[in-house]
Amino acid sequence: MSKWRIFTRGLVRDNAVLVLMIGLCPALATSGTVRDGFGMGLAATFVLLFSNLIISLLRKNIPNEVRIPIFILVISTFVTIIDYFMQAFQPDLYRALGVFVPLIVVNCMILGRAEAFASKNSVFDAILDGLGVGLGFTLALTIMGTVREILGNGTFLGIPVFGESFKKSPVIFMVLSPGAFLIIGILKALINKYVRKEIR
Amino acid sequence: MKSPALIFLGAFLVNNIILMRFLGLCPFFGVSTAVKIATGMGMAVIFVMTLASWITWAIYHAILLPFDLVFLRTATFILTIASLVQLVEMFLKKSYRVLYNALGIYLPLITTNCAILGITFLNIDNKFSLLNGTVFALGTGFGFTLVIITFAAIRERLDLAPINPSLKGYPISFIAASLMALAFLGFSGLFGLT
Repeated sequence: MSKWRIFTRGLVRDNAVLVLMIGLCPALATSGTVRDGFGMGLAATFVLLFSNLIISLLRKNIPNEVRIPIFILVISTFVTIIDYFMQAFQPDLYRALGVFVPLIVVNCMILGRAEAFASKNSVFDAILDGLGVGLGFTLALTIMGTVREILGNGTFLGIPVFGESFKKSPVIFMVLSPGAFLIIGILKALINKYVRKEIR
Repeated sequence: MKSPALIFLGAFLVNNIILMRFLGLCPFFGVSTAVKIATGMGMAVIFVMTLASWITWAIYHAILLPFDLVFLRTATFILTIASLVQLVEMFLKKSYRVLYNALGIYLPLITTNCAILGITFLNIDNKFSLLNGTVFALGTGFGFTLVIITFAAIRERLDLAPINPSLKGYPISFIAASLMALAFLGFSGLFGLT
């Protein structure tokens, strides 16, 4: 497989949220605004990139029987780093994301890549794979955040889009929890209709 | 200080773990295909969630706080929960065969369930006492069970409904969940809870 395909596979064709439907909890919970969705995506990308890197470096030394606890320890180390980093440098974002920052540790997307890819492939490939999957996750969260913020708050990154009158009475339900379920349902239906030929 | 009854109601209905907090979505969509399966999963979650809230509370207050090791919280809790689930599974298999037959196959799935870990973090963040933490975990577990059973019943009907093929499967389930969440929004403000 070419290097470029390793990178783009996680970005588009096997997009974690929109195609494989994993990592749904943070995707739905933190896509209320563009900033939150993008910030969550980057935090998960950081963890995924470095856990893939370390696990790929150590792949010949990790005993097969205890590999899952070791993967979890590596992942939780990087989650703790990004947790404290965001607390110090992005306190507003950290408050908005809340419990979902430490919960990156149980995101099955990250453990899944460690088990399925990083523990079997070279370091460079593992970095590319981590970046691709992570940025695909970021892309999905940013798309959802854009739609929900524009409809539910009338703004994009805090800038009014449809003028002041819409901003005063937007479709509030889009930023609340029902809007999150609705938007991913509609996105998935559009993907089924226009992108994927085989329908379940 | 809120009373335990209000904490229970808040976790059960107002801030429902699935529909309002978005935790535990994987089992919510993964094992809600039939009411019987959903019931088993719900019972397993109530059981493990309560146990996990006790154990992590004890570890946090007896080890992490006194020795100033709070930064190890994430790593400690996830490893504790993973080994706790293994231990419970072995114990049930040996001693309570009936319970094991009912819950056994759902227990391994719970390790990667973010609802359990999320509740232990929320317990710490809210500075709950042991009693309030237990009540909070129980309320959350029952809220999870209520929603997953109701949703499984809806999905059993949806399977038979004549709908557009591109909406079949996940998309229509998400839209059904969206309508359920809309209904649960009606509980906000109940007894002054937000």
